Amino acid sequence: MSKTNKDGFLKAPSKMTDTNLLTTITITVFFVMYLCSILFLKQGFLKPQAFLNLLNNNAALIILSCGMSLVMITGGIDISVGGVTSLVSMCCAVYLDMHGGNIIVSMLLAIAIGLAFGLVQGYLVAYLEIQPFIVTLAGMFFARGMTTIVNNKPFNVENEAFVKLKDTRVIIPFLGTTNKKGMYIPAYIEIGVVVALIVAAVMFVVLKWTKTGRGFYAVGGNKQSALMLGVNVKKTVFLSHLICGLLAGIGGFVYFMHVGSGSPSHASGAEMNAIASSIIGGTMLTGGVGNIAGTVFGVLSLALIQNVVSSLGLQDAWWTGITIAAMLCIFLIVQSIIIARRKKANLSAGKEEAKTDKAA
Amino acid sequence: MPQTNNDAKPANILAGLLKNQLVIPLAALLLLALFNLIADPSFFKITLSQNSNGDPVLNGYLITILDFGSELAILALGMTLVTAASGGQDISVGAAMAISGSVMLRVLCGSDSRAETMQAPIIVAFIISCVVAMLFGAFNGSLVAFFRIQPMVATLILFTAGRSIAAWINHNELPIVKDPGFGYFGNYIPGIPIPTPFFIAVGCFIIMWALLKFTTLSLYVQSVGINEKTSRLNGLNPEFIKLMTYVILGVCVSIAGFIKVSRLSTINYSVIAKDIEMDAILAVALGGNALGGGKFSMGASVLGAYVIQFLTTTLYKFGVSADALPAYKAVVVILLVTMSAPAVREKINALKNKKNAGKQASAAGNA
Repeated sequence: MSKTNKDGFLKAPSKMTDTNLLTTITITVFFVMYLCSILFLKQGFLKPQAFLNLLNNNAALIILSCGMSLVMITGGIDISVGGVTSLVSMCCAVYLDMHGGNIIVSMLLAIAIGLAFGLVQGYLVAYLEIQPFIVTLAGMFFARGMTTIVNNKPFNVENEAFVKLKDTRVIIPFLGTTNKKGMYIPAYIEIGVVVALIVAAVMFVVLKWTKTGRGFYAVGGNKQSALMLGVNVKKTVFLSHLICGLLAGIGGFVYFMHVGSGSPSHASGAEMNAIASSIIGGTMLTGGVGNIAGTVFGVLSLALIQNVVSSLGLQDAWWTGITIAAMLCIFLIVQSIIIARRKKANLSAGKEEAKTDKAA
Repeated sequence: MPQTNNDAKPANILAGLLKNQLVIPLAALLLLALFNLIADPSFFKITLSQNSNGDPVLNGYLITILDFGSELAILALGMTLVTAASGGQDISVGAAMAISGSVMLRVLCGSDSRAETMQAPIIVAFIISCVVAMLFGAFNGSLVAFFRIQPMVATLILFTAGRSIAAWINHNELPIVKDPGFGYFGNYIPGIPIPTPFFIAVGCFIIMWALLKFTTLSLYVQSVGINEKTSRLNGLNPEFIKLMTYVILGVCVSIAGFIKVSRLSTINYSVIAKDIEMDAILAVALGGNALGGGKFSMGASVLGAYVIQFLTTTLYKFGVSADALPAYKAVVVILLVTMSAPAVREKINALKNKKNAGKQASAAGNA
C-alpha cells in the first residue's frame, strides 16, 4: 500500500489506510486495557508471566485466527476451524494413546486432516462457486460428527513421548519473578506459543510483502478489478481456504499439545472466537481489509477481557459470553462508523476533485 | 451462450418443472422416502395408541417428523424473509429461542422456580417473551440495517451472548412448570391425536401466506434483496424493511421457543435448540432460495424444513447417535449444494447441448 501512496495513485497519501487505522485502534485498545488492569486490578497483571499466560492459553486460537483472517481478507469465511481443531486433537489422541503411535506421524496426521478440509472446501468455494458459509458450515458439521464417530468419550493421553513434549517449557531469561519464600520462578512459554508466533510472523510477511499476499487483498477488495489486474481469482480463493485448513490442522495440534486430551467438546465455539478476534483485530468481513498483527492483538484483547472479567469476581459463566459479545458489538459499530465516514469523505473529495478538473 | 430450444416438446414441460423451486426439496423428499421404503417399509406405519394419560395419540415416524419439524418450519418462515431482504442469515435463532423460553418460564414461575401453580396466564407470558424476542430481533436488525454490518457477523454477537443471557434471566436456575396445561402446546391436547406443534406451524404458515398474499411485504422484501439502491430510488425504505424482517423473525423465534419449552415444561440453556440455526439455514438453502438475497419461495422453505427433519428422523432410525448426526447431514448438504451449484449446472447443460448438437448434426447429415 505504501508504494501506491508514493506513486500518488491513492488520493489521500497523508491518511492511513483502513487496514492500518483499524489495526492501530485494536493495538491501542489492548494496551490501554492492559494498563488499566495493571493500575486498577493489581492482581498480578504486572508480572510478565501473566502476559505470557495469555499467550500460553491462546496459542492455538492465534493460529486459527490467522487462517480465519486470511480467508476473511479474501472475502470469504471459514467456520469449520473449530470442528477441525477438535477432530485433529481427537484423532491424534486416539492414535497416540490407543495405537501407540509416534509423534512425528501424529503431526503429519494433523496437517493431513487440515489440508484435506482445506482442499475440499477450497475447491467447492473457488471452483464450484458455492457460498463459503454453507460449505464450511457443512465442514463444521462433518468435523464435529466425525469427532464423535472416532471416539465419543473424553480421555487423557498418556503416551510418554507426547507428555514429554507437552510439558516442555521454553524459559525466558530475566522475566522471572521471586515468590514470597524467595524462590525464583522462571517465566516460560509453551512450545505452542513459539509455533503460533512463527505462523503469525510468516503470515504477516506473506500478506505484506509477497505478490501472492497482495493478491488476497486484491481479490477481497474487488474480484472484478483483481481479475482485470491479472490475478487468478479462483486460484487465490482456493489458496486462502487451503492455507486456512492447513493452519486449522496446525492449530489443532497446538491445541492438543495444550490440553493433552481428546474430547468431542474440545474447541467448542473456537470458530466464533476466531471470527471475533479477527474482527476485533480490524479484519472486515467484506474483504480486502485486515492485518495479521491486528489479529494477534485481537486474540490477546479477547483473552484479556476474559481474564479481567474473572478477576473482577464475576465468576459466573454467563459473564464471559456477555462481555465478549459486548466487545464484539462495540468494535463492529466503531468499524462501521469509521468506514461510513471515510466513504463519505472520499466521495466529497472525489467531487471536489471533479470540480477542480472541470474548472481547469 | 447455450441456446434453449423453443420447440414445444413434452421434455420442455419437464424442464419448466425443473426450474420450479419446489423441485429441489421435493426431489430430496422423494429420494429419502424411496430410501426408507426400500430399507424398511415400516417407517411409514402410523398406529393409534394411548399415551400415559390414557388419551389417544398417533404414533409413527411420520408423525414424529410432523411434530419435531414444526419449530424448524416456523423458524424457516422468518429466516426466508431475512435471507431474502438482507442477503444473509441470522445465526442467533437458537440463542434467541433460549432467551425467549427463559423469559417465558421466568414470567410463568415468578421468583419461585418450583412454583406449584403458574404465576401468570400463559398468554401473558407468551406476549412478554414475544416482545423480548422482537426486541432482540430489532437489535440484530438495526445492526444490519443501520450500521451495515454483514448479517452473519451482526448476529454473531447475540449468538455468543444469547445462552449466557438466558441463564442470567433465571439466575442459572432451571424452573419447572408443573401445570399440565402448559405442556399441551408442545405435546398433545387431550382428545386430539395429532401433536399440537403441527397445528401451530400450520397456523403460522397460513398467517405468513396471507401476509405475503395480501400485503406488499413480499414485493418490498424481494426488491430490497435484489437491489437496495433501486428500491430506494423507487421510494422504498430499505433500512426499515430489513429491520422489519428481523422483527418478524423475532416473532417466529418466540413461537418456536414457546413450543420447545412447552415440550419439556422446563429449559436447559446450553442444550435447548442447539444447532437449530444451522438446520434453519439449511432449510432455506434446500428450498432453493438464493442465499445472497432476492427472490424467495416460502412454501419451498417450509418443505425444506420438513425434509431436514425427515433426514434427521431417518438417521436416528438407523441408529446414528445424536452426536454423530451432523457428519451425515453434512455429506447430504454438500451433495445437494454441489448439485445445485451454477458451475456444475452449466457443465450439465453444456453436456446436454453437445448431445443435442450432435443429434442435429446427424439429422442434417441424414437429410
